[in-house]
Amino acid sequence: MDLSVQIGSMRLKNPVMLASGTVGYGNEISNLTDLNKIGAVITKSVSLKPRKGNPPQRIVETSSGMLNAIGLANVGVEEFIKTKVPFLKQFDTNIVCNIAASSIEEYVECTRILSAEDVIKAFEINISCPNVREGGLIFGHDLRAVGEITRKVKAATDKPVIIKLSPNVPDIASYARVVSEEGGDAVSAINTLVGTSFNIYTRKPKLFNVTGGLSGPAIKPVALAKVLEIKRQVKIPIIGIGGIMTWQDAAEFMIVGATAFEIGTVNFVNPNAGVEIAAGLVEYCRKMGIKKISDLTGSYII
Amino acid sequence: MIIANAEVLQLIELGNAVFLLKVHCPEIAREAQPGQFCNVKVSDSNFPLLRRPFSICDVDGDSLSFMFNVPGEGTKTLSHKKVGEVLDILGPLGNGFKISDDYECAVFVAGGLGSAPFPFLTKAMPEEKKIYSFVGGRSSGDVITYGMKNAIISTDDGSKGFKGNVVELLEANKAILDGAKIKVFACGPTPMLRAVKDFCMKYGYNCEVSTECAMACGFGICQGCPIQALDKDGYYLVCKDGPVFDIRKVVI
Repeated sequence: MDLSVQIGSMRLKNPVMLASGTVGYGNEISNLTDLNKIGAVITKSVSLKPRKGNPPQRIVETSSGMLNAIGLANVGVEEFIKTKVPFLKQFDTNIVCNIAASSIEEYVECTRILSAEDVIKAFEINISCPNVREGGLIFGHDLRAVGEITRKVKAATDKPVIIKLSPNVPDIASYARVVSEEGGDAVSAINTLVGTSFNIYTRKPKLFNVTGGLSGPAIKPVALAKVLEIKRQVKIPIIGIGGIMTWQDAAEFMIVGATAFEIGTVNFVNPNAGVEIAAGLVEYCRKMGIKKISDLTGSYII
Repeated sequence: MIIANAEVLQLIELGNAVFLLKVHCPEIAREAQPGQFCNVKVSDSNFPLLRRPFSICDVDGDSLSFMFNVPGEGTKTLSHKKVGEVLDILGPLGNGFKISDDYECAVFVAGGLGSAPFPFLTKAMPEEKKIYSFVGGRSSGDVITYGMKNAIISTDDGSKGFKGNVVELLEANKAILDGAKIKVFACGPTPMLRAVKDFCMKYGYNCEVSTECAMACGFGICQGCPIQALDKDGYYLVCKDGPVFDIRKVVI
């Protein structure tokens, strides 16, 4: 059974990727799962300077989903290289570094600095964090800016560049097309949907930030539709994200067009979900007579 | 920190929709320290989606107890569990209370469901230490003294014990604390913790508080549970750096 998939020059032993912001820098979750059995681990967003993140409340549970407004809390590039990268070196998996920035120059600078770290195999550029004003969303909703970021970040590194797309746009495929035209290696879709929640007794927002990013099973149908929309129009690999809890969800994402997929919110509930999903996919392929899991990608019949 | 299956041994109602759940879970029971918590998956489906954090109320051999009330869907589901059902539990999580030689007398201050971690802490305290438990609630039905030693009670409406809040109760009983080297351990609603902090600062008592915050994971990966640090710039995480903090380290 060949579970391997390819994202640019990065080969993954299986299509399971742990989504940024749901595994920290790998250390805490490594006590509860075997990262060596995962295709890739995507670090928490790293920005040039450290960020404290938003005050509480940062998390609200919703029906089959959750809202978060963490605010890109992170240690910054320098500390990341000094204290986080050495730990990540021990694992036999691909480390993808997610980068957040408040200017195009900052994206380029972060990528350039981190490119020197051998353990980092690819970059995921977060142009779509809805929770901070400088989180990139302003770029994620601007076709020209997405093109410029893709082109300039690609020029700053030899490693694959994945652009993480916002679902909060009317025509997501046009953004994927721009990424493809400017040399991006892949897109990941989707980032969280903007949502909110209010306390009906105090009439105040539950999140300090008022709005947050909705994730979890609640967004899966939306994410599947976005992946399908991109797949029908653009050739580069798509990394599917959005409410994947089980191997069945993962298979569905691959069928509609994902080459690989990221699991996020499920890590909070079942930190070993990635390993279980990979095992479930093996069984599924065996039953279905699929020899290479990559054959599943875009195999939908309409 | 592990994920383990725990069989429900007992589920009893202590009163006013407050439940005590006892489960068989030797793997977590043998590691647990007073003040730590577990994250419990209350259903097999995606609703409710997240695990629920509960203080470890007590450890008895291979069993663990949790105390909870029923404000929402998750705890409602939990309150319907039957003996013999198996729960998926992640724990023990966080840092607990410090038991040390620095004090002769442990003063527990609990408001409402804040009583939850104290039976275990009471049991873990060395015998030579004096324990006073100050327990408050809105009304007599909200006062939970389960597993607590030398409980002195207050209610806001005066329906049981001293009429007033639990910090006013502390002030009223301050004479019994004088002369001893004491440390205060507090758990309860945030306004109560703030008042306890003021009380301890006023009299120079050391104090540890057990804090709460909405969280998703319980072990540091979601970054969802910040608490403002007092001794450095930025935040601590309630799940990983707490939930028990020295009051001099955090803004309550």
